Amino acid sequence: MGMITALANPQRFMTVSRVAAPILAAIAVLLAVVGLWLGFSAPPDYQQGATVRIMFIHVPAAWLGMFAYACLAGSSFFGLIFRHSLADAAARAAAPLGAGFTFLALVTGSFWGRPMWGAWWVWDARLTSFLVLFLFYIGYMALQASIDDEAKAARAGAILALVGAINLPIVKYSVDWWNSLHQGESIFLKGGPALAPVYLWPLGLMAFAYTFGFLALWMTRIQAEIWRRRAGALAVQGAR
Amino acid sequence: MPNLEFGKYAAYIVPSYLISAAGVVWMIADTLLRARRWRREVARREAARDKRQGPS
Repeated sequence: MGMITALANPQRFMTVSRVAAPILAAIAVLLAVVGLWLGFSAPPDYQQGATVRIMFIHVPAAWLGMFAYACLAGSSFFGLIFRHSLADAAARAAAPLGAGFTFLALVTGSFWGRPMWGAWWVWDARLTSFLVLFLFYIGYMALQASIDDEAKAARAGAILALVGAINLPIVKYSVDWWNSLHQGESIFLKGGPALAPVYLWPLGLMAFAYTFGFLALWMTRIQAEIWRRRAGALAVQGAR
Repeated sequence: MPNLEFGKYAAYIVPSYLISAAGVVWMIADTLLRARRWRREVARREAARDKRQGPS
């Protein structure tokens, strides 16, 4: 919480992110290289064969789709309550990245589902709730783009983002609450992960690679958003 | 050593990785281009403002 408070100052955020973003990006690349190396070195699964390799890009993308939405909703909450411009910028910056990861999770999931389930798509609780997550991202970005007044756009977007946050636990627990074709939780179990270490390691490394990559890109997009607002302010000054 | 023999599943695995790579590259490119565009725009407008104000 102290770090968030410290970074809430846009000037300080710019100073910190200018150093932190490239470092996070470098760590992400390193983790991805090792993760992919281990992933492609892992033996085919006894049931799923070589398609198990899709897991190393599908699962991290799905996690990031949800994590980015949590960041979007959290930033929206702070923006709505404290009217903080950096929180609005953070929310706006998270949306396209989250939509990107969610899209990748849907597509790679489809490529995994076809050989395993015999269908590209099923209206299963997990898949449907994840599609709804993607639609919330699209709706948020469309709403932001459709309102000229920045303050009104931020407020309307924040309300939509918070409404959409209800979908996050539905996505997470959909495989427990309903009979689902999608496999259940296999990592965060009480007795430990159900996944063999030979798959767990590359998956973990790729998950961290995606997370660090997202954080680097998010920081850079927040910087861009701050510059965009600064350019707007300068344009107003110039017009006077 | 990495094994890139995917057998009958190659038609599903290869496109998954290619689409993911394209998606990640798009996110990186869009982010960097956006940041560069607005950083330059701020620099341009600040220079214009300074020019208008003249030496202080």
